Amino acid sequence: MLSDYQQTLLLLTGIHVLLGWSAYLPLATGQLSLGNAAFMAVGAYTASLLTVQQKWPLLPALLAGALLAGLLGVLVGLPALRLRGIYLAIATLGFGEIVRTFFLNFELTGGPMGMRGMSGTTLGLVWGWVLLAGVAFFALTHSRLGLSLDAVHDDELAAELIGLDVTALKVGAFGAGATLAGLGGGLYAHFILFIEPGAFNFMESITMVLFVLLGGMRTFWGTIIGAAVFTLLPDLLRVLQDWRGAFFGALLVVLLILRPWGLLPRGTLRLGLGRLAAPSG
Amino acid sequence: MLEIRALSKQFGGLQAVSDLTLDAPAGRITGIIGPNGAGKTTVFNLVTGVLPPSAGSIRFEGRELIGRRPHEIVRLGIARTFQTPRLFRAMTVWEHVLVAQNHRAGRGPGFLYRGGTLLTEAQAALELMGLWEARERGAASLPYADQRRLEIARALAAGPRLVLLDEPAAGMNPAESAALVGVLEKVRGAGTTLLLIEHDMSVVMNLCDRVAVLNFGQKIAEGAPEDVQADPLVLEAYLGRDS
Repeated sequence: MLSDYQQTLLLLTGIHVLLGWSAYLPLATGQLSLGNAAFMAVGAYTASLLTVQQKWPLLPALLAGALLAGLLGVLVGLPALRLRGIYLAIATLGFGEIVRTFFLNFELTGGPMGMRGMSGTTLGLVWGWVLLAGVAFFALTHSRLGLSLDAVHDDELAAELIGLDVTALKVGAFGAGATLAGLGGGLYAHFILFIEPGAFNFMESITMVLFVLLGGMRTFWGTIIGAAVFTLLPDLLRVLQDWRGAFFGALLVVLLILRPWGLLPRGTLRLGLGRLAAPSG
Repeated sequence: MLEIRALSKQFGGLQAVSDLTLDAPAGRITGIIGPNGAGKTTVFNLVTGVLPPSAGSIRFEGRELIGRRPHEIVRLGIARTFQTPRLFRAMTVWEHVLVAQNHRAGRGPGFLYRGGTLLTEAQAALELMGLWEARERGAASLPYADQRRLEIARALAAGPRLVLLDEPAAGMNPAESAALVGVLEKVRGAGTTLLLIEHDMSVVMNLCDRVAVLNFGQKIAEGAPEDVQADPLVLEAYLGRDS
């Protein structure tokens, strides 16, 4: 059996997979969001308020947190559509700081003192959600909708001119990503037992993007690998002590030079059923 | 089918299109020719909603197009290609034609396990353009002429009644452009109306029922290809004035 410690690492890996996917969805339409920690915070605080103060069961509280984060994502995604590349990254980063500051000053959730009293996240619950989201991603990859997202990623004008509603696709991807971040936040809060605004700073947002970068930008499988490496490797590198961070950073730089498309580029894991299954003959 | 009336477009002080009136009648192949910078591609951008016009009207099957977003115009039945191919870098040939059908595939995510008439149609579009054998290839790895053909296949897969082709024969050798003429004749034979910009005169002469000549954003001549070719104003626009 797994030790408590191993279970903890595995559980964290699962939460990181969900958070990585929350960054993957906007990236799949060419949008770099550096504010997903804000959606994570909204999900975490909403779910925690509902379970601790309203005595809701965990599952509906998680869903409510994810839904609220998703709605906020759509609201942010609409104006953010006018921005691209580095400008969108900066704007979402600023949004993340606004949300963090809001919770720093919000008395109901304890302000800088944070919140406690949450519990209930189990290994099975986390990986159940990962499985559910994974099945959804698998279906997406084999659907016309998935093709539409790919087209928007590669050339927005050409995508619009084959009849795709690029605005709806981008806002939808942004909102769906925010929903996943909110879900991850709720699970995180009920696992770590204590949350405070500092836990949702922009480093957290950047880490989510790194999960995706490491695993491969064009395939959702890659994010699982990226999140696992990120969660487990620092632990394995413990012998390096204080140089752990530096080694990890150097590893990332080397990897991005050697494999700019990530560990798993698109097409490595098509699992037979691929949408490439063009009729033969 | 397509009726452009008094269409104008200014970029700052530059009059890119000036008071243009042009028709693309149903079932016909209409050509737009003119020197570089004459405003031909701008006309395409105005028709497809990529740019808003400064003045004028564009009607397609009686419906005003101005003010509609590009994807809405595609859904009304107008598809186009680009002067420089704009393919989806990371997608295969087959995926290009599939994704162009998406707006016709109805609501929902549209899972691709099931067959159906759309897949048959996608196959037909690739076969017509001679790309069926290359269906599993990445679009970025195609030779240039094939990239142009794939753009046309993608446009056809969108299910249009009018296709705007921006220099379809550019970068093709004479044999390839002759083959293209045959293919476009077939497309027209299947009931699709074509409006094309082209520099290759053999393509224009062999294909177009009617030609409009643009220079500095204005239409300086219009008529049957052989008449237009002999028009002194046209010769002047292309070759300059004798002095």
